[in-house]
Amino acid sequence: MNEAPSITLQGSHAIDGRTLFDGITLTLPAAEWTCLLGPSGVGKSTILRLILGLDTAGTFTGSIEASDAKPLDNRISYMAQSDLLLPWLTVLENAVLGARLRDEKPDLDRAQTLLARVGLSDYQTKKPATLSGGMRQRAALARTLMEDRPIVLLDEPFSALDAGTRADMQELAAEVLTGKTVMLVTHDPGEAARMAHQIVLLTPSEAKHWPVPPIPPIRPVDAPETLSAQSELLAHMRGFRA
Amino acid sequence: MRWLYGVAAMVVGLVLWQTIVWITGVPKFILPSPLQVAEAAYTSRALIAEHAMVTITEVIIGLLIGTVLGAVTAIQLASSQTLQRLMLPILVFTQAVPVFALAPILTLWFGYGMASKIVMAVLIIYFPVTSAFHDGLSRVDTGLIDLARTMGATKHQIMRRIRIPHALPSLATGLRLAAVYTPIGAVIGEWVGSSEGLGYLMLLASGRVKIDLMFASLITLAIITVILHTAVGILADRLSRYSQGLTS
Repeated sequence: MNEAPSITLQGSHAIDGRTLFDGITLTLPAAEWTCLLGPSGVGKSTILRLILGLDTAGTFTGSIEASDAKPLDNRISYMAQSDLLLPWLTVLENAVLGARLRDEKPDLDRAQTLLARVGLSDYQTKKPATLSGGMRQRAALARTLMEDRPIVLLDEPFSALDAGTRADMQELAAEVLTGKTVMLVTHDPGEAARMAHQIVLLTPSEAKHWPVPPIPPIRPVDAPETLSAQSELLAHMRGFRA
Repeated sequence: MRWLYGVAAMVVGLVLWQTIVWITGVPKFILPSPLQVAEAAYTSRALIAEHAMVTITEVIIGLLIGTVLGAVTAIQLASSQTLQRLMLPILVFTQAVPVFALAPILTLWFGYGMASKIVMAVLIIYFPVTSAFHDGLSRVDTGLIDLARTMGATKHQIMRRIRIPHALPSLATGLRLAAVYTPIGAVIGEWVGSSEGLGYLMLLASGRVKIDLMFASLITLAIITVILHTAVGILADRLSRYSQGLTS
């Protein structure tokens, strides 16, 4: 795998003349997790789509650059809140979706290894409809890993899971995505407090850094540092709405 | 067990029919009894079979061509915004022309043989198939398309690997409709001008006041339609189940 670069987004975004965010600078440090929080509609998903190179409503003026100065095309993989598994394919076929889409020969051995790593060895030949929500998200994680890209953008991938499964998935994701530059868009202060090397609060005028707990991620759910960071973050976010 | 209810409903219908004939005493040339129709069907079985084969051929060829044309059109429309904006209003407008009214023209252009009936059947099912399939192709989760784009898939690859399989249940809906419409198209074509087929046989029997033969032809046509609808239904069900990942 190529070295994971850091990414810097600078600029403004407006939809029909209405400013979404203006003059912000957001840096995703290389090989670290950045958790992006902020109230709904502030443009978190827009930032994610901009970095992914997908269409957005409105226009962006500014720049998105990697520290190695190479283009970002085909260097980012994406995981969404919905697992986006294709119902007519098996778990194994879904894991190699990228290769199938590009009409390449899929590396099935590697897919099987990755599925084993996310604990789905026994479900390779099953269709997604027969899997639980947590298992489906693990299959989506295997598909993300299969693309083997240095940058990974996650759009609330664990928010639809029950609390226990979510905590498990956070640990699994932290483990398997080590060494990649990750941005996690989340609404959950607890998730940010556990996962982040860097916490960024997005407002219309700035991408503000929030202090991370003093112990390295991934932090235990019940560590006092995690819990106090979570409650302070939550108190601050509720202030946003007041 | 569902077929048992179907059989029961048929028996009730036949009994009702026979009872009406008995009570009202309508003459045979207005409404023959089920027994008389059965008798006519048996004695004219070779004749009915010969004409039924013609209609069946028209229906199957019409269904195949109509489905393929409709599916290809839907894929083309879904692939190009420009084409869609240009063609969709035209397609909808053509639906304002009653297709049945075209039958005499089709006979004029394509002759008294099978061709005009096949064209008629194709015209009748083309729009429902196109419209249903296009609807499905357009309603694919945008998240899936985004994911595929980040994976570096081209528009064609996304169409082939995601949008088409995803839209199969909608194509199945179009096929079910087509299975009902195709025999109508073929028979109307036969009424307007032909020398063979069940539609022709019905007109012929009617003209010679062989109402029992007319009814026998009608019932044969109904049976063909039901069989076709069932067969297409099984295929449509498979397509839907495949797309939803419900097959093993």
